[in-house]
Amino acid sequence: MSGLLETLRLATTALLANKLRATLTTTGVVIGVTTVMAISAVIAGLDRSFSEQIEGIGSSVLYIQKYPWIPNAEWWSLRNRRNLGWREHDAVAQQARSVEAVAPMISQQIRVVHRDRWLDGVAVTGTNEQYRLVYGADPEDGRFLMPADLHYRKSNCVVGSKVADELFEGRDPLGERVKIAGLHYRVIGVLPEQGEILGFDMDSQVFIPIGAFARHFGSRRSIDIAVKVSSTDRLDDARDELTGILRRVRRVPPDEEDDFSINEQSLLTNLYRSLTAALYTTATVVGGISLLVGGIGIMNIMTVAVTERVKEIGIRKAVGARRSHILGQFLSESIVVSGVGGLLGVALGFIAAWGLDSATPLHPVVTVGGVALGLGFSAAVGVIFGVYPAARAAALNPVDALAQGSDT
Amino acid sequence: MSSNGVMIDLRGITRIYDMGAVQVEALRGINLEITGNEYVAIMGPSGSGKSTLMNLIGCLDTPTAGSYRLDGQDVSRLEGDDLAKIRNQRIGFVFQTFNLLPRADALRNVELPLVYAGIALKERRARALEALERVRLADRADHRPNQLSGGQRQRVAVARALVTRPSIILADEPTGNLDSKTGEDILGLFEELHRDGNTIVLVTHEATVAERAGRIVRIVDGLVA
Repeated sequence: MSGLLETLRLATTALLANKLRATLTTTGVVIGVTTVMAISAVIAGLDRSFSEQIEGIGSSVLYIQKYPWIPNAEWWSLRNRRNLGWREHDAVAQQARSVEAVAPMISQQIRVVHRDRWLDGVAVTGTNEQYRLVYGADPEDGRFLMPADLHYRKSNCVVGSKVADELFEGRDPLGERVKIAGLHYRVIGVLPEQGEILGFDMDSQVFIPIGAFARHFGSRRSIDIAVKVSSTDRLDDARDELTGILRRVRRVPPDEEDDFSINEQSLLTNLYRSLTAALYTTATVVGGISLLVGGIGIMNIMTVAVTERVKEIGIRKAVGARRSHILGQFLSESIVVSGVGGLLGVALGFIAAWGLDSATPLHPVVTVGGVALGLGFSAAVGVIFGVYPAARAAALNPVDALAQGSDT
Repeated sequence: MSSNGVMIDLRGITRIYDMGAVQVEALRGINLEITGNEYVAIMGPSGSGKSTLMNLIGCLDTPTAGSYRLDGQDVSRLEGDDLAKIRNQRIGFVFQTFNLLPRADALRNVELPLVYAGIALKERRARALEALERVRLADRADHRPNQLSGGQRQRVAVARALVTRPSIILADEPTGNLDSKTGEDILGLFEELHRDGNTIVLVTHEATVAERAGRIVRIVDGLVA
């Protein structure tokens, strides 16, 4: 330990002998590390906001729908798909063993009115009581739709928090009536605030029994079927089972492709990854280049330092320094430069992340990994670019080295 | 340290420098024995090969042919780190140009060989200070070379040579950069060290300096004359 401290002390003393040079070299590393850290923070921030955005979709929920979220076929091959309806819903609900809950859904964006107040563009969704199980949509006040509401197609509704806030202004909405396309619905539950999913406001929603929805808006549209699988490990099994059930009930011939789509959260995650992969690669290359420049700076200063100190190396070798001593001495100098640069770079990286957070719509997240990346890269740069000059110093012949340089 | 046996035993030493087209034979078959606690001056004009001989005795270089036993150990075929270890443990160098590290104070200069010997800090400091006391410079321990006179610098170098308790102290023109009075002080110091039991090999081209040693070995044209 004292040996390490001694080595560091020696390295620092040698570097401080030429402050301007050491400062300039360190600056190169600082810029590199700051860049790497800022980039990784921005990337981590993007990743986090994206995963927060899609969290609400549910990682263990499959969506049986007419169309895929991310079309991978020609549009005309999808055009003639038949609607999904109760037949499909009932088959899944009755036959599928790998699922925990099945909720049919049809939506319409429309104005919702209470007395003289209204809210436009509210997503009114017809569904059943299973929706609560699929999404964990437990009202903070009142209750969700129950089988009786469905059975009697009651004009009851559950409202999102924004609908409640906007229409009732802090009064208790339970038992109050809202008017949707001319018909009245009684509020029986208020959902907690959920935020947005990919721009869709989860709090600007109203849920009504799907039978009431069909009676109200017509029943000729395709319904979506949201299926809750017990765990993400079982998604593959569930997808296979659902595909079998749906092909059977829709009588898809064995040699034809599915005429429906099973969507899930990971489709969006994969899409996000493929869209951002190029961005990340570019960013990493930019960060790498700036560290490379810093590294070349280190190599430059160390080469000069070795050339200037040939005599010193000769003296050290004469009194018994081995190759490893000389190698260690010069390597430790380049590591001190890159280490100090790394630490300053990390500090500046935090400031840069904070600056980006307040000045741009990005929300960079400094992660432990990002800090480790910055420090690791800078240490690696110190070693990699310090090795060549240090090895040159260590290989010097003591007789020749002593013969060179100024007298002391 | 065996003080009375053969300390340096050179037999048939040659050293040929390969200069590409030409080969230069600097040493042409040196035979030389130096016993423990001897004070020997190696003398010769420039170009005689005495510097080459000094480099070989100091284990800074190895012979092209011949054998060199230092304190009983054959060192003529050693290389790199093994030679560095021998230099560290067995040889104490005193150079004409002092060869101190400019940024280190006297104490750190003196303890340098002990650093490479892997001696712990506390013992290192104590021994370095002891060596500085031996050359009567303990009060200058925290001075850097540029804060010391030429004679003082050479005494620091002598302390550095002493600090490892080497088999031989090898001095290369130690008075060459000093005025005659200071040079006289240094030669007096060598005599004291000799009386203390050290083996000293002094390389010089000055007869007045060589005469202070117990024996003079003359080198002419790569051979012992």
